[in-house]
Amino acid sequence: MKTGENALLIAGGRVIDPSSGIDREMDILLRDGRVAQLAAPGVLKAAASDTLNAKGCIVAPGFVDLHVHLREPGQSHKETIATGTAAAAAGGFTAVCAMPNTSPVNDSPEITRWMQAPERAAVVRLFPIAAATVGSQGEKLTNFAALKKAGAVAISDDGRPILDDKLMRDALRSAAKLNIAVVQHAEDSRLTAGCSMNLGPTSFRLGLRGMPNAAESDIVRRDIALARETNSHIHVAHISTAEAMDAVRQAKKAGVRATAEVTPHHFTLIDENIGEFDTHYKMNPPLRSAADRDAMIAGILDGTIDAIATDHAPHAFHEKQVEFERAAFGIIGLETALPIAITVLHHHFKLPLWRIVELLSSGPARVFGLEGLGTLSPGAHADVTIFDPAKKWTYDASQSKSKSRNTPYDGWSFTGCVVATIVAGRVVFEG
Amino acid sequence: MKQHPRSLLGTDHLTTAEIDALLKLARRMDPKRPPQLLRGKRVVLLFYEASTRTRTSFEFAAKALGATTTLVSATSSSIEKGESLIDTGWTVTALGADVIVMRHPNSGAPYLLSRFVPVPVINAGDGLHQHPSQALLDALTITNHKKRLKGLRVVIVGDVFHSRVARSNAHLLSKFCAEVIFCGPPDLVPDISATLAPGVVACHDLDAALQGADVVMALRIQKERLAGKQISLEDYIAKFQVTPQRMKLARPDAIVMHPGPIVRGLELANEVADGPQSRMHEQVANGVKTRMAILATVLKAAQ
Repeated sequence: MKTGENALLIAGGRVIDPSSGIDREMDILLRDGRVAQLAAPGVLKAAASDTLNAKGCIVAPGFVDLHVHLREPGQSHKETIATGTAAAAAGGFTAVCAMPNTSPVNDSPEITRWMQAPERAAVVRLFPIAAATVGSQGEKLTNFAALKKAGAVAISDDGRPILDDKLMRDALRSAAKLNIAVVQHAEDSRLTAGCSMNLGPTSFRLGLRGMPNAAESDIVRRDIALARETNSHIHVAHISTAEAMDAVRQAKKAGVRATAEVTPHHFTLIDENIGEFDTHYKMNPPLRSAADRDAMIAGILDGTIDAIATDHAPHAFHEKQVEFERAAFGIIGLETALPIAITVLHHHFKLPLWRIVELLSSGPARVFGLEGLGTLSPGAHADVTIFDPAKKWTYDASQSKSKSRNTPYDGWSFTGCVVATIVAGRVVFEG
Repeated sequence: MKQHPRSLLGTDHLTTAEIDALLKLARRMDPKRPPQLLRGKRVVLLFYEASTRTRTSFEFAAKALGATTTLVSATSSSIEKGESLIDTGWTVTALGADVIVMRHPNSGAPYLLSRFVPVPVINAGDGLHQHPSQALLDALTITNHKKRLKGLRVVIVGDVFHSRVARSNAHLLSKFCAEVIFCGPPDLVPDISATLAPGVVACHDLDAALQGADVVMALRIQKERLAGKQISLEDYIAKFQVTPQRMKLARPDAIVMHPGPIVRGLELANEVADGPQSRMHEQVANGVKTRMAILATVLKAAQ
């Protein structure tokens, strides 16, 4: 396969571009970092200096992950922007949105810019999400305008939910003026102190304190009410409960600007999978009951869900392989998102491939208003993900591009894998 | 790494045959005339949490069988210096431990350890999760009086939510088709507790639970754990203390048990705790025999 900076033809693939309603065999010409032209197979042959053969593959807009933790600055033993974005490229993501719970917290334009500096050697596009409050302490709002100017695409105190009504109202109001979303990790931490998993029969059996569904859904309902009142955009991060899903569904019907993302683990796994205290199944929000998992699938099928996001949360061995209650929350997820989506949603639940592509590209791009991303329309950024929806393979976590290995999927067999990832017309990953 | 096949981590994975074999062996164990089955073996007692009877019981059991024991406790070792559980496990095995007996305040800690050390691990109590040797000694005590476990009505009254003893006992008794009734206020006996194993019921009325009971097992109430709950100490005593009057609802030959330590005047009326139906002292004595049987079995020294 030859690649070139100037003009690259992706030939012979099935193009799925939900934003323009295309789902058929076409060739795509990328030139100067933009999508130049789409045409019937063979027509554009002469225009390209290089050709990438996509026969048997899906050619999709580059995937956008609304929720990753890249751990820089401050926790580079878990991940760096370079390694995290390399994992993103391997997973077909051409853009990732990095949460601000770094050390120090990304609550300033300086850190926001530092993360985007060329020295960080990001392999794919990186969009910082900046903290809503100074130090994510939940007291004083940050300067949203300055953060947006520095490149932040949304505001969140991820992991440190904003519980105070007035503060949340102010945050939504300020964000609405700038036309950006407030992303909430919905968890009433007053109900979850000391909890390390979901509340249910499994938590009782294991002798672990459990988080009730209400800890999530109470906050989601409150946030929706505030978004309605302030005419602003609330984005529900990693939704996990049936009650919260229903709240978002109703909000959308009522015309409230509420969007939601779901992680592959919340639509695939349940709390029972923890087995005997396997910390690779410990995350926050926790894996829920089978009924909640089914509600995630229903929300994907009926369109309540806007995006699949990974909540990629790398942790070192010594932070995960400890007593369950002391282990860090979270798993890595960039390299397994598409294969899980295809295996679970497409093959098992018969979700059409175009909807999976939508949930990974145009859906998330729309949530944060990322212009020229998540689409293959001429003039858009030349970010393309090529994947083979039928290829069977086995995930080997030891080969991950991430610095960390905290995944429950090591050794899992999947159908569907990334063949190539292209950012700004340049191939950044080839499978 | 897979855990050692003879680790004893909980009662949920034991078969009735394995339990029967352990109880049979325990009945044959005489701490006064012990067989020297474990001569030359090293038993490490890894205690991350305070314990009097369990630790002493395991220590007596190991020494009676001829093993040497070493106590490693959280406050007098590198654990205090922040050494991880896995590192401590490796250190202890490198020093030559043949078995690790472990008590830990976090549920599941022995499961973690057992995945990283090549020797068997015996769970001597982990958080709110399990305390298998206690359930086995309780089964020994019950069968000494009731001959069988099948069909018995066993009432476990008190703070079930925070009790590893309740969980281990319920798993074990359920395997033998006993009826297990968890009893206490909803805060301490959530309805979800009935999902633990087949035949387990949650009940918030002690008088109803005690009807026809064969075994009444009271659990310790820690006063600090009632803080912030809907029930006051006085209320608890009025509704859930096992009194001589209430014991009349149980079968006349019912026995009363308590894993200890008992909080006098709280879970049990003194007349019951010290009365003829109480088997508390026998439980403690059976503890040594049971743990001798466990150590001999885990170290494959039993004939």
